[in-house]
This record gives sequence, structure tokens and C-alpha cells, in this order.
Amino acid sequence: MRTFLTGLMRLRRGPWEMLATIIIALGVFMLMQPFVLWAFTYSFITTLVGTVMFIVVSHFPEGE
Amino acid sequence: MTDTIANRAAKATPQRVARKIKGLSDRAIAWIFVAPTIFLLLAINIFPLIWTIQLSFTNYRANRLNREPEFIGLRNYERILTDSDIWLNMQATAHFLFWTIALQVLIGFTLAWLINKKFKGNDLWTTIIVLPMMLSPAVVGNFWKFLYQPQIGLFNYIVAFFTGKDPSSFEMLGSVQLAPWSIVIVDTWMWTPFVMLICLAGLRSIPDYIYEAAEVDRASKLRQFFTITIPMVLPFLMLAVLFRGIENFKMFDLVVQLTGGGPGSTTELTSINLKREAFEKWRTGYASAYAIILFVTVFGLASIYVKALNKVKER
Repeated sequence: MRTFLTGLMRLRRGPWEMLATIIIALGVFMLMQPFVLWAFTYSFITTLVGTVMFIVVSHFPEGE
Repeated sequence: MTDTIANRAAKATPQRVARKIKGLSDRAIAWIFVAPTIFLLLAINIFPLIWTIQLSFTNYRANRLNREPEFIGLRNYERILTDSDIWLNMQATAHFLFWTIALQVLIGFTLAWLINKKFKGNDLWTTIIVLPMMLSPAVVGNFWKFLYQPQIGLFNYIVAFFTGKDPSSFEMLGSVQLAPWSIVIVDTWMWTPFVMLICLAGLRSIPDYIYEAAEVDRASKLRQFFTITIPMVLPFLMLAVLFRGIENFKMFDLVVQLTGGGPGSTTELTSINLKREAFEKWRTGYASAYAIILFVTVFGLASIYVKALNKVKER
């Protein structure tokens, strides 16, 4: 967890890609879940943020 | 001058062309070769995408060409993302996705594990198992429609044989409860071999010496399976899950052929619903926004897929 947070602070690719992946997965889950309509409503913006974030952070330097 | 391929190519170049390209740098010549492909890519992929994004902010209808499209901002997105019918379509897609992936991974991995054991007729069985994957979805949809026929279908007779029910007492494609499962069964039948092949590649990539070392340490077969086989095949399984996930999210042809989205809208997956909005109700702007939502979802999943693929490559 500490390595992950340090990686985020130092703008390293690995942890940021992981974070973006989690956001995309959360967005897809929100889109398809059968429980609450508000999660469906906000699913698109969540997936969009995750996807754009993934594109941006994939240009970050690799961790040492 | 030695007679290399490059020199022979230079000699074969007509004088008129040679004069024209003389003085051009290698980079410029490379651009000349690549430019037609880039142009085609822009025309076929990028331009329609940008146009769709633009249309998604309008109330454009493709069947009313005389009416000027009106800019309506994010209203299409708002309508789609608060529509409970579309939410139900998403749930139908989620049901289809979840069960097809779960069954395909389970059966595919088991088949790969069995095929990986050396036995007589191994190659023949692999070929037979892989056959459904090579068929066209339209063909598969058509002949499964016959198999599901309550009066003459083989599927109903097999179920009747095991359950003792009357074969014509249930209708796989006509029942609200059974229709979502009927499409799951067909997709699983068709695409399990694909997951099996990926798992087989994963199983064959595990070196024998790891199992030999485990034998020396007196690890049981069950322990070897959970501490060596599963962790080493996992990246391949992830790849299969993502690939099938993306493909099934866009599923159209097989389901249209089988149920056409019915009965009611129980098997109306998002892509079928999108087609209805675009080409039956002619709400082009609305359908464009719908398509963009699906595109972003698939693009996001594809990003994870590429990342997983790179991880497998690193191994």
C-alpha cells in the first residue's frame, strides 16, 4: 500500500495505471449493476474519466 | 556497384519516377508510402467517430434530411443515462456477459487441462472441440434455432430425456425465463474452444522443471494445481476474460438470429437496442450518444486488455 501511494506521489506509471484500471472497472460495474439507477446515471462519466486518465498516465515514467 | 536487391530495385525504377523522387529524403519517401493508409484510416475510422460525437449533441434524424439538426447539448446523454428501459437492456447484457464468461472460463479451462494430458487421439479431439468457433454466427444461430424447436428440436428431447418432462412443454426461445439462458448456452457452445486454446497456451508455457521441483518437495497434486498451475495460467485467463468480455459486450448477430431481442425485450442486448434506435426509430442523434457511451466502455475495457496483454508478453 505504501509503495502504491509513493508511486502515486512520484507520478509513476504502474500505480497510476492501476488506479485508472480500477476507475474503468468501477464505471463498467456501475453501468451494468441492477441495484441503483443513480449508479447507472454516473457510470459513463466514471468510465470516461478512467479511460482518459489511462491514456494520460500511460505516458508517465516507469517506476525504478 | 554490387548487385543487391536495393540496387536492382533502383535500376528497375522508371527514369521518370526516379527523377521525381531523386533528392527526397528516406523519411519523405516513407511518408509517401504510408500516406494512403493514414488517409484511409482517417476517412474510415476517425472521421465517422468525430461525426458521431458531433451528432450526439444534436437532435438529428437521418430520415428527415430536410430538417436542420439542432444543437441540444448533453440532453441525449442525460436521456439515455436516466432511462430505466436502457438500464434493463444493460442488465440483460450484464446477465449475458457474466454467465457466458463464467461458463466459458470454467469449461474452457477444464477442457484445456484435459487436452494438455498426453493421450491417444489428443490432436483429433482438439480439432473436434475447436470446430464450433470456426462457424459463422449466422449459421450457428440458424441451426440452434432448429435445435431449440419444441416439437422437433434435439435440445428439448435431450432435456426431456434427463428430466422426464414432455419435450414440447417448454420453449427455450419463446419463454421469458428461458430465452436469456438459451443465448448463453449457444455463445458458450460457440466460444468455449477459444478460451480453451488460450488456457492451453498458458498450460503449455509452464516449464516441467517447476512441477519436478514440487514433486521433490513432496507437494500433492492438488497443491501443485493451486500454487503452480492456477497462478501461472491466470494472466492468460485474464486475457481470455477481457477478450470475451469486449466481444460479448458488442454481441449482435448471434442473438438477432436466435431471438431477435425477444420475447418482449428480455434478450435485447445494448447493440440490438442501439440498432433499433438508429435504424427503426431513426433517432440518429440519440443513437449516436448511445454509441459513444458503448464506445467509451469498450475503449476502457480494451485499455485494460492491452495492459494485460503486455503483462503476458513480459512473461
